[in-house]
Amino acid sequence: MPFVNWLKRHFVVIAGLLTLAYLLLPNVVVTVFSFNKPKGRFNYEWQQFSTDAWKDPCGVAGMCGSLSLSLQIAVWATLGATLLGTMIAFALVRYRFRARGAVNSLIFLPMAMPEVVMAASLLTLFLNLGGQLGFWTILIAHIMFCLSFVVTAVKARVMSMDPRLEQAAQDLYAGPAQTFLRVTLPIAAPGIAAGALLAFALSFDDFIITNFNAGSTVTFPMFVWGSAQRGTPVQINVIGTAMFLVAVALVLTSMVIGNRRNKQKA
Amino acid sequence: MATLTEAPPPLSPTAPATKPPRKRGRLTPYWLLLPGLLWLVVFFALPMIYQASTSVQTGSLEQGYKVTWHLATYWDALGAYWPQFLRSVLYAGAATVLCLVLGYPLAYLIAFRAGRWRNLIMILVIAPFFTSFLIRTLAWKTILADGGPVVGALNTLHVLDVTSWLGWTAGDRVLATPLAVVCGLTYNFLPFMILPLYSSLERIDGRLHEAAGDLYARPSTVFRKVTFPLSMPGVVSGTLLTFIPASGDYVNAELLGSTDTRMIGNVIQTQFLRVLDYPTAAALSFILMAAILFMVTFYIRRSGTEDLV
Repeated sequence: MPFVNWLKRHFVVIAGLLTLAYLLLPNVVVTVFSFNKPKGRFNYEWQQFSTDAWKDPCGVAGMCGSLSLSLQIAVWATLGATLLGTMIAFALVRYRFRARGAVNSLIFLPMAMPEVVMAASLLTLFLNLGGQLGFWTILIAHIMFCLSFVVTAVKARVMSMDPRLEQAAQDLYAGPAQTFLRVTLPIAAPGIAAGALLAFALSFDDFIITNFNAGSTVTFPMFVWGSAQRGTPVQINVIGTAMFLVAVALVLTSMVIGNRRNKQKA
Repeated sequence: MATLTEAPPPLSPTAPATKPPRKRGRLTPYWLLLPGLLWLVVFFALPMIYQASTSVQTGSLEQGYKVTWHLATYWDALGAYWPQFLRSVLYAGAATVLCLVLGYPLAYLIAFRAGRWRNLIMILVIAPFFTSFLIRTLAWKTILADGGPVVGALNTLHVLDVTSWLGWTAGDRVLATPLAVVCGLTYNFLPFMILPLYSSLERIDGRLHEAAGDLYARPSTVFRKVTFPLSMPGVVSGTLLTFIPASGDYVNAELLGSTDTRMIGNVIQTQFLRVLDYPTAAALSFILMAAILFMVTFYIRRSGTEDLV
């Protein structure tokens, strides 16, 4: 039974690639259907090839507005969460202080909480305080749930840092600010970048918490959600495809740059 | 007055640092922590307290709510919505098991067998994160469409007969059935399983496999006795990272399911945003939170990886 033997030997590879196919199938469908020309309001059935949607990606009322709003929120949420999270991560790794355990649990809990619970509780706070739901409440919520992920990412990097490098800098008469800017920050940068990237992706794609705390403000995920009820324009698939391509291109370039640097060092 | 304005003695490089600025140093961690922790306390911990108080209030939207310690809300909510609670646990549990079964080979492939394809596969696992998950979930509507190739193939292979008999699907349909919801949940949270599995598999020394092989262990024995036990931290954190968000999710049940597949997230969402029955909604989300914290604690104890957190 040569075939069965072959199957046995390559079982992991075959199963793994099947899972990868399962993971990527929706992306393929999104891409293919971005070239569709749907008959009705919904873009679920293949009708006819067309590049109309790619020529006019903003041709749907409100979509590009929601997209730019989501981008703005993601940028501010990333900045806020990265700044606050990096500070916490440094404090946790570099200093021994009382209540460290309590701080650790407070940071772990938001990651171990179903989003809908956080979303609902935050809404009760905002309702009780009587604030206006919108841009600011979304931003507050996004910084809150991105914070823990940034702390985790930065902590991992700072923990593997050799503190003797900073001592060496100080031995060479670098002041505290200089040590931080020229030694500590560059070494911690990959961790901070990973945390920021994660925060951006989480914030940009968040639907559940935003849905509760947005009021009548419409972010891009909320636009998609609404369109699932009212009718999905092809342009949504165009944006989805473009996002995927941009993400792959960004990661590829960063890897090429990384490789080149490694080669230069070697 | 003179002492206040007195200049500090000039620091000479050769002088030993007799008095390092200890006082400021001791406060540094607190200054670093303060803004972030304040944010978490005000916008994470405090809302939980508000929610707890909301759950024991009575009243109406028009007349306003008052705290009356009306604990019966909890019993009423549990009595009315226990099927949705049960369904959430079942669907999330099924999705978690499926994620583990599907994700393990892929994580293993990336860690040990991918060679120079490793980075590319990694990118393909992570890149979907950056495409809106709602758009991708909607794509499942196309994939599982009634007349589509997937349903056609399952029908020809008589798989749908079996799943319909089990109650997972209904007749010739997959959409709007439990199977579709579990499929969507599995898909959505699969990367959260693969990444921790990969990072714990990657740490395993490949020479252990060789050693086991040298001692005449068959590949399946190597996996059972060496690889899998060593990947347990990844299994535990992966299952937690899929089960917890899956049990609170309402997007998949809404987009791919029907009224018969509503999960507890759907109920909380409807109560909060449409019915505006805040006490019931708050009680429901408190029960969900308590149930999950209880299950997670129990699970972590059982799996013996308490140092995980």
